[in-house]
Amino acid sequence: MRIGVLSVQGAVSEHLDHLRRCDTEAVAIKNVKSLDEVSGLILPGGESTTIGKLIEAFGLADSIRRRTRDKSLALFGTCAGMVLLAGEITDGIINQPKLGLMDIVVKRNAFGRQRESFETALDFKTFNEPLTAVFIRAPVILKMSHEVTALAQLPEGVVAARQGNLLATSFHPELTSDLRIHQYFIEMCREIS
Amino acid sequence: MKETGTFRVKKGMAQMQKGGVIMDVTTVEQAQIAEKAGAVAVMALERVPADIRAAGGVARMADPEMIKTIMDTVTIPVMAKVRIGHIAEAQILEELGVDYIDESEVLTPADEQFHINKHNFKVPFVCGARDLGEALRRISEGAAMMRTKGEPGTGNVVEAVRHMRRVMDQIRQVISKQDDELVVMAKEMGVSVELLKEVREAGRLPVVNFAAGGIASPADASLMMQLGADGIFVGSGIFKSESPQKVAEAIVKATLHYDDPRVLAEVSKGLGSAMPGLEMATLTDADRMQERGI
Repeated sequence: MRIGVLSVQGAVSEHLDHLRRCDTEAVAIKNVKSLDEVSGLILPGGESTTIGKLIEAFGLADSIRRRTRDKSLALFGTCAGMVLLAGEITDGIINQPKLGLMDIVVKRNAFGRQRESFETALDFKTFNEPLTAVFIRAPVILKMSHEVTALAQLPEGVVAARQGNLLATSFHPELTSDLRIHQYFIEMCREIS
Repeated sequence: MKETGTFRVKKGMAQMQKGGVIMDVTTVEQAQIAEKAGAVAVMALERVPADIRAAGGVARMADPEMIKTIMDTVTIPVMAKVRIGHIAEAQILEELGVDYIDESEVLTPADEQFHINKHNFKVPFVCGARDLGEALRRISEGAAMMRTKGEPGTGNVVEAVRHMRRVMDQIRQVISKQDDELVVMAKEMGVSVELLKEVREAGRLPVVNFAAGGIASPADASLMMQLGADGIFVGSGIFKSESPQKVAEAIVKATLHYDDPRVLAEVSKGLGSAMPGLEMATLTDADRMQERGI
C-alpha cells in the first residue's frame, strides 16, 4: 500500500517522514498521473489560498474529487488541508478554490494571528493518552452534518473530525514525534485498499 | 493550557511557507494582487528595495498604519521589516500583530554590533545570511527562518546564487566532519558545536531556508529552488516589472514546477519587460547591503 502527500506547497517532507517512520511507502504527489498510484493522500499544512489555486490550475483538484467520491482514495487534511476539504469556508477570499468534499463549515485563522499560535495537550477520541497538538494560524470546524464524527475539541470549536474516508485536523501531527494520528490514517487507507 | 511563542510554533510557521513565494508589497492593491496570484505571504514595506537603493538616506520600519491596513485586507500572513538590532521597532511590530518579522539588511542597521535577541519575542523572525556561519549565528539568536541575503533591489540573482551555493557546500562539509574537526569548525564560524552537530545529523539547516535578494523572473525562482532553496522571496522583481499580476503568477507556478522545463517555458512566455536590474560591478562598497549585520 502506498500513501501520497500532496506536494504543491507547505509541510510536505514532514508528512513523508512520518509515514516512512510508520513503515509505509510514501510518495510526493505533484501531478495527476502519480495520484493514480496511491490509496491515501495527505493534504499538508500551508496556505489554503495558494494550494487551492494551484491544484485547480494543474488539474489535480478534479482527480482528487473523483477518486474520493468513488471511495477509492482516503484523504487527510491538516490545517490548510482541512480548509480545502471544507464544504463551506466562513472567511475565505472571494471565490477561494476548495475541494468541498466534507460536510463541515470551517473558519480560517480561528485563534488569531501567528502571535496567538500555540501548542497544547489534547484528548483525541480513540487514544488513551492525550497528544501534543501544534496549532499554527489554525482553522476550526464551526458546524458539521450528522455524517461527521468529532474526534477532538477545544472551546473555540471542533479541531479533529472524520467522515467516512475523510479525516481533518486543525493541528499539525507532522510537527511532533507522535505517530498515532498518522497510524490512524494509515488504518483508514487499509480499509479502502 | 495553551503555550504560545514556543520555538516549535515559530519554526513551524515557516515550515508551512515551504515551496511558496513571499512577495514585497507597498500598497493594499499590490497585496491583493499578490494574494490572488498565490503568494503564501506578503512583506509590507514603504518602498521596495530598488526604490530604497535609489532614494538613499536612512531606511526605517514602515508606518504601522500602512502595515495594519494590509493586515486587515489580506487573509494570508503579513511580514514586515525592522532594522538590524532595532529592538523597539520589533516590539512595535509584535504589538501590531504581524505574523513574521524580517530583521533586514535592506533597512539601515540600527546596531553595528548586536542583532536582536529574538528568543525574547513570541513573533517569529527571519534573517539573511551569506554563509553557514552567519545562518547559525542568527539561529542561535532565535531566528526561526533563514534566507540568503543576495543583493536586494538589483534584480540580479548572482549574489543569491553565491550565498545559496556557499551554504549548501558548507553543509556538505559539516556532514563529512568528525567530532574533533567540528570543534575547530565551530570556533572558526563563531557558532556552537551543538548547532553544527544538529546540522550534521539533519543534513540541512535546522530551520527553513528561502532564497532572497535579486530574484526577478520565473527562471530565477526555478534556479534557486534547484540549488536547494525551500521557497522564494521576491522583492522589487514583481512590482517593478511591466505586468506585475502575470509575473507574480508565473513565479508562483515556476516555484512549484521548478524541475519541469515544460511548465517553466510556458509560464515564462509574454511577461513583458522585467525590472531593469543592476550589474554588481557598478555598486560601491557602501551600496552593498549584504555586508550589513554579519
